[in-house]
Amino acid sequence: MTDFTPHDIAAAIAAGSLRLVDLTFTLSPEFPVIVLPPEFGQASPLRIQQISRYDADGPGWYWNNITLSEHTGTHFDAPIHWHTGRTLPNNAVDTLPVEHMIAPACVIDCSREAAADPDFLLTRAAVEAWERVHGQVASGSWVLLRTDWSKRSAKDYANLRADGAHTPGPDPQVMQWLVEERGILGFGTETIGTDAGQAAHFNPPHPAHHFLHGAGRYGLQCLRNLDQLPATGATLITAPLKILNGSGSPLRVLALVSGKGSNG
Amino acid sequence: MVEPLQKPARRTPLQRTRRQALPPVIRSRSGMLLTKAAAEGRFALQRCRDCGTFCYPAHDACPVCLSVELALEDAPTGGLVVSETTVRVPADVYFKERAPWRVALVKLDCGPVVLAHLHAGCGEGDRVTMSLQLDKAGLAAAFARPANIPPDAADDPQWREMTASPKFRRALVTDGRTAVGRATAAALAAAGATVHVGIAEPWKPFDGEALPQSCEIVPLDVTDERSVRDLAADIGGKVDILVNTAEYARPGGLLDRRGTGTIRSEIEHNYLGLVHLAQTFGPAMRGRGADGIDSAAAWVNLFSVYALANWPAYGTFSAVEAACLSLSHCLRAEMRPGGIRVINFFTGPLDTEWFQTVPPPKVAPQTLAKAIVSALDRGIEDVFVGDVAEDVRRRLQANPKALEHELARQGNGQAGQ
Amino acid sequence: MPKPASPRTPYDGVVIAAPVTIPYERYSIESAHWWIARALRALAETSGISARDFDGFCLSSFTVGPDTAIGLTQHLGLSVRWLDHIPLGGASAIAALRRAARAVQARDCDVVACVGGDTNHVDSFRRTLENFSRFSQDAVYPYGAGGANASFALIARHYMNRFGVRREDLGRIAVAQRANALRNPNALMKTPLTLEQYMAARPIADPIHLYDCVMPCAGAEAFLVMREETAASAGIKGARILGSIERHNARLDDVVQNHGGWVADIDDLYAMAGVGPDRMDFVQTYDDYPVIVMMQLEDLGFCRKGEGAAFVQQHDLTIDGTFPHNTSGGQLSAGQAGAAGAYLGVTEAVRQVLGTAGPTQVPGARVGLASGFGMINYDRGLSSGAVILAGES
Repeated sequence: MTDFTPHDIAAAIAAGSLRLVDLTFTLSPEFPVIVLPPEFGQASPLRIQQISRYDADGPGWYWNNITLSEHTGTHFDAPIHWHTGRTLPNNAVDTLPVEHMIAPACVIDCSREAAADPDFLLTRAAVEAWERVHGQVASGSWVLLRTDWSKRSAKDYANLRADGAHTPGPDPQVMQWLVEERGILGFGTETIGTDAGQAAHFNPPHPAHHFLHGAGRYGLQCLRNLDQLPATGATLITAPLKILNGSGSPLRVLALVSGKGSNG
Repeated sequence: MVEPLQKPARRTPLQRTRRQALPPVIRSRSGMLLTKAAAEGRFALQRCRDCGTFCYPAHDACPVCLSVELALEDAPTGGLVVSETTVRVPADVYFKERAPWRVALVKLDCGPVVLAHLHAGCGEGDRVTMSLQLDKAGLAAAFARPANIPPDAADDPQWREMTASPKFRRALVTDGRTAVGRATAAALAAAGATVHVGIAEPWKPFDGEALPQSCEIVPLDVTDERSVRDLAADIGGKVDILVNTAEYARPGGLLDRRGTGTIRSEIEHNYLGLVHLAQTFGPAMRGRGADGIDSAAAWVNLFSVYALANWPAYGTFSAVEAACLSLSHCLRAEMRPGGIRVINFFTGPLDTEWFQTVPPPKVAPQTLAKAIVSALDRGIEDVFVGDVAEDVRRRLQANPKALEHELARQGNGQAGQ
Repeated sequence: MPKPASPRTPYDGVVIAAPVTIPYERYSIESAHWWIARALRALAETSGISARDFDGFCLSSFTVGPDTAIGLTQHLGLSVRWLDHIPLGGASAIAALRRAARAVQARDCDVVACVGGDTNHVDSFRRTLENFSRFSQDAVYPYGAGGANASFALIARHYMNRFGVRREDLGRIAVAQRANALRNPNALMKTPLTLEQYMAARPIADPIHLYDCVMPCAGAEAFLVMREETAASAGIKGARILGSIERHNARLDDVVQNHGGWVADIDDLYAMAGVGPDRMDFVQTYDDYPVIVMMQLEDLGFCRKGEGAAFVQQHDLTIDGTFPHNTSGGQLSAGQAGAAGAYLGVTEAVRQVLGTAGPTQVPGARVGLASGFGMINYDRGLSSGAVILAGES
């Protein structure tokens, strides 16, 4: 590694020995956002207002104003997002260490289980079973829960019923264990939240948010193309917008994977 | 007699859509008093305070006693057709395109002789019921109808010119998620309209069963400029009646609320929603005001009566509604050249979740829906629905300052307010 | 039949002279000012009195706006000591001659030029309708925009139903006037009209059909009013005014107009004139519609109310007939040149009593009546007037 230079990454990508996978949904006004009971404040979906399009408002140029929440579309959760992380240092997107923006990822494929049960919960036992095949989850890495949820239609993706959303996620024990025992950098999902749709009824409620952010760790949600990642060996590039005191940010999530794998 | 209306055939693509010509628009300021009455669906005439004479046409002084104290007063609607004619060669474009046109001299039971538009169901020697309608220019027009309404009375072409009947028209109800939206869609369908119902965020559950089979659900999020534009691109050319049922009402005023999120949402749903709809659907509707039996006809806004006077318990919502009301007058002015009626409803608190704690009387969504169809059938422009709305209107008229204090003291029914 | 004496001052010593007609045109690109100027010049030429010596001016015109008579004094170079502008439509000429007669009688001035003239642009008619009156703007024009046709249709239908008048009866009036018009070289209508053609005409506003309507056109009519001695010194002849009336917004209890205002004053008219209707050698009524002619024949005492139809059946209304009526062809066949339409009957009557009517002359005519009617402000004509003229004594 001593003679490795940043140019080598570009060269490897050009040569095909490294490949970039885009884990990001297109930001669009129709993309579902988290639904809270209406008496709470709500996250804004994306709204695009055209400033000009080669017209009287700007004859030679096209551009838009956009409005959206920090948690719209494929986005990053910072520790300050949750009450458990509110007093931590460097807990907002503008202050978090840039070193954390490139980190390895473990991908746990639960797509079969999630297809069978929308309320599927990742357990410590399931992760330990994964570790028996792929080795222990390394400290400082992302754990990504692959459910293929991102392949669903918008309605099935949100999967709202009278008693709330029904989407897969982690159970409280596995979150506490991953954070405290494995020292993960963060947890990522394909669904609208890092927590399961019914996680408000867990103890503690919303355990992914509770444990991750309480320990200064991060969340990624609304990811896609996790099926193009190896179980181990991918490196995520996750640089949120540098929003003053921001609780999170829409972002482009890119994965670097070895080019020897299948091409997506 | 009235020829029953037939479902219109599809248009030939070879013919230019007829542009809207307007009937004559010059009126005296006193004459506009009648337009005020017509807008509310009242048959009212000037009456001398001193000698009681009903005056028509609009006077500035009583021709019997020269008093200048003439007040608009509801008048008996009965009259007798004493002469009639059928105008076959009108001097202006609007009537020329619609000739032959029947008019009559009607001797009112209350005195004056009125030249009125004459319904096909009555003629010389008949007893008639008088009303003041709004013509395509939005101005008062005396109308004589049969005292005993015959079937298909609403099909009379002259009556249809003065109204916005849903029969054979295509309606867009912008938000089917609200109780009012669902009730309105059902009422319009029952009145003979083809109904499109907008649903925002289709990924959220929606019980389409609550709508009549004939209603077609379309994606529409009034807060999203692009969503509105996309729908207008699809069906903008065939929306004859637009009822904006999208609403975002939240309790709360200024000082006891942190941040502007809710307020922005109120602005986005109510004010910008109206802006988006107007900018996308408005021009197409304005171009089709004279497009045959199923011409574009009406735009319906549903406002809170607190658009007229701020109710601090819903303080920011009231303010946004006031902005919407102001905008509706702009819309009305811009739609008028196309002969499109902009109908504003003013309601008291609705019997819905966001006014749950407000004590009765409240307006049931079905009541509002029925009032919408009725207003379209009658062609009126300003409608107050429910006891609270009527109460606020009268208090405002009598003493705005008193109403300001009364509303300040009136909580939303929740403890602590 | 002896007439009650009229308490009013007679128009003694006053004459109407120099009747002029500026031949009508269906449409004109000229202004009303142009037509009025031509009438004034014709007055000067006919009378031999210079327009500089006209010291009174009375104007009626619908299309001279934004000007009124005062604007025209400067525009046309008149310097007068008596001025009037009369906006009474079809009653304007009667009102003009009455006012002018009193002015010269009282020596407020010596020679009054009375002019009714209008242009007719392609769009003039509609504009006049649009702006006719406030009541009309508020409560008539927006109701089908049928203009006078619709307003008179409502009156005609009611009148016909009330008195059993048939279209054929009204047609006799129109047909007779067309026959008269064929002898008037200035009449716009040049072809004969039969009762069959009248009956078969297209409806305009039921029961008004095409030949019940006048044809709007451009033109001017005028006369001079002066004292007898002024006329004598100019070497011209004039018609004497035996009597005249006018009435505005008569208090009639007609729900729909069945009468004109004449009925209120008719006894006074004949009392002042000292002659009854049976002495008239001709009658020039205001004929905006035949039904109004019939109403006038009744209201002016030629027959009783309700007998108009029988009257026209029993009389021949042509120049050579038993009741010479609208000998110029009237507005129905000569054309309606706006306010000049009010003057048409008066200028023709002056010519008849002076024996200068030429091809339309009623042989031996010495005394005749001309009437005016105007201003459908809302649902009825408000103004009425009549004058009885005689040739030189």
